[in-house]
Amino acid sequence: MGLLSKKDANLIKDPLADNNPITIQVLGICSALAITAELKASVVMAIAVMFVLGLGNVVISAMRNIIPSKIRIIVQLIVVATLVIVVDQVLKAFAYPLSKTLSVFVGLIITNCIIMGRFEAFALGNGLWRSFLDGIGNSLGYGIILVIVGFFRELLGSGTLFGYPVFGDPIEKTGLYSFGYENNGFMIIPPAALIVVGIIIWVQRSRNPALVEEN
Amino acid sequence: MHELKLKYQGKKMAPAFNAFHTFLFTPNETTHGGTHVKAADDLKRTMNTVIMALVPVLIFSMFNAGYQHFAAIDAANGTPRSLSLFENFLTWDNFWIGIIKVLPLVIVSYGVGLIVEFIFAVIKGHEVEEGYLVTGMLVPLIVPVDTPLWMLAVAVVFGVVIGKEVFGGTGMNILNPALTIRAFLFFAYPTWMSGDKVWVHGAVERAGGPDAISGETILGSLAQNADISYSVSDMFFGFIPGSVGETSTLLILIGGLFLVFSKIASWRIMLSAIIGSLVMGFIFNQVVEFGWITETSKFYGLMSFDFWKHLIVGGLAFGIVYMATDPVTGSQTNRGKWIYGFFIGFISVMIRVFNPAYPEGVFLAILLMNVFAPTIDHYVVKANINRRMKRFKNAVVLPKDTDGKAEELKVETV
Repeated sequence: MGLLSKKDANLIKDPLADNNPITIQVLGICSALAITAELKASVVMAIAVMFVLGLGNVVISAMRNIIPSKIRIIVQLIVVATLVIVVDQVLKAFAYPLSKTLSVFVGLIITNCIIMGRFEAFALGNGLWRSFLDGIGNSLGYGIILVIVGFFRELLGSGTLFGYPVFGDPIEKTGLYSFGYENNGFMIIPPAALIVVGIIIWVQRSRNPALVEEN
Repeated sequence: MHELKLKYQGKKMAPAFNAFHTFLFTPNETTHGGTHVKAADDLKRTMNTVIMALVPVLIFSMFNAGYQHFAAIDAANGTPRSLSLFENFLTWDNFWIGIIKVLPLVIVSYGVGLIVEFIFAVIKGHEVEEGYLVTGMLVPLIVPVDTPLWMLAVAVVFGVVIGKEVFGGTGMNILNPALTIRAFLFFAYPTWMSGDKVWVHGAVERAGGPDAISGETILGSLAQNADISYSVSDMFFGFIPGSVGETSTLLILIGGLFLVFSKIASWRIMLSAIIGSLVMGFIFNQVVEFGWITETSKFYGLMSFDFWKHLIVGGLAFGIVYMATDPVTGSQTNRGKWIYGFFIGFISVMIRVFNPAYPEGVFLAILLMNVFAPTIDHYVVKANINRRMKRFKNAVVLPKDTDGKAEELKVETV
């Protein structure tokens, strides 16, 4: 890669697969379960987290030498909270229905373990550019799982993608529905997300046995 | 078959051929490990015994499927029929409906389930396990008769993979796979799993039309505070609408006794589950007796239902006899079995009464207790250890008299 050095490129690549925040570190599960019933919400959530984490990492990294370590959690919280409020207000102003769908989970980005985890583990000890890349990488890793889960849940649960019908109209009985196909109500409820995430973890670990923990 | 098996020995598909081989013949191998237990009741024998206990239920259900179909049509035409065992129950017309509706369920359940088992056996390189033999028979018996076959197939794949294989296959599963399949169907396709249209063959297609028929289950009617038109003997012998195989308490009872006497299923679980449901039903009856709820309450219908009748309607009897006693997912300790069974009965009736959306709470209750079974076992074992520790601590060891008095070492236990 010309743009990034190999070390920097790994900051983006690692969280996408072998060090994925959701499937390997098992962080940020709560929002992954709650908002992935629709693909659109998953994508927006992924973008929101990317914004908060990318920018937050930069801010924390910039302040890392002046934050007294005793109160660093509070400082981190303030940074996250500020950014999350920005996201929340933007969503409310420009995408109100979506903001309704995401409801409390936008606010709960504050408590998303991935964000505090990256602040603590990375931004406090690294420079601006690397922290930024790390933030983008981790939020991409988070986002990709969200999108995969959202894709399957919306497709199987509602028969739509981004709200557009894929299989036909379930009420008019067109397309697949004319053969007796029905939407799977189970995929709408949050436990389904747990199972989809579980299957992703299963597939990932059977492809790469190095990820399996000894016990 | 023998040659085929030897030919494929050590190859990738070996487990599949081995499975067919042992299904048809006695295995020609001996164990090589340190332990040798010689007994007639291997896993396959156990499974077959349960299936034998299920056969009467299955045959009855095929007749009942047809009977309910024609009875509902008659009722819709304004000529309610009276039951006569030989004239209008054990007829070819009824059996034919059973063949075209129930048999495909059985075939799909076995076919899909065994394919999944074969695939996993080949991937993991172990022998195909017999666990699915019983599950495959239970599944068609606990779904409504008109369940679309593709839904059943999807649910079976889900149940076998998520309910069993991810935990490591037969013997490792936390949840009963048959009930996992039932629960998946219930939450995925609720319109096909509950309501007054699904329990009788043909009711869904005819809905809304001039020849609409209805087949509300007894529990469903009770949840709506409606009158029920079935007599107690109908409930006991099973001439009522319901899931395919759950209706006939008599045949389930016979199957249950068969399982108890062949020592396949635990009588402790069955008995305690019956006690549990009676206790809960009795409490509800008393609530009505004391006038704590009025007739306008939405729980009135189910609460005032005689407590012992809970056992002969719905899937409670079937669940207790064939599902709760699953040796893998149930409690292992004797004391644990009493607790486990009791709560299955108790919670089943509680869900029945308090949640009108789930008129049949048995499968949820059993799944819940499946989850708790290891915990119950843990505490039972721990309590036993504690009791013994206490006895050990309280034991007074008298010192041996060294003066020559030949007094024995005395150990007093408390």
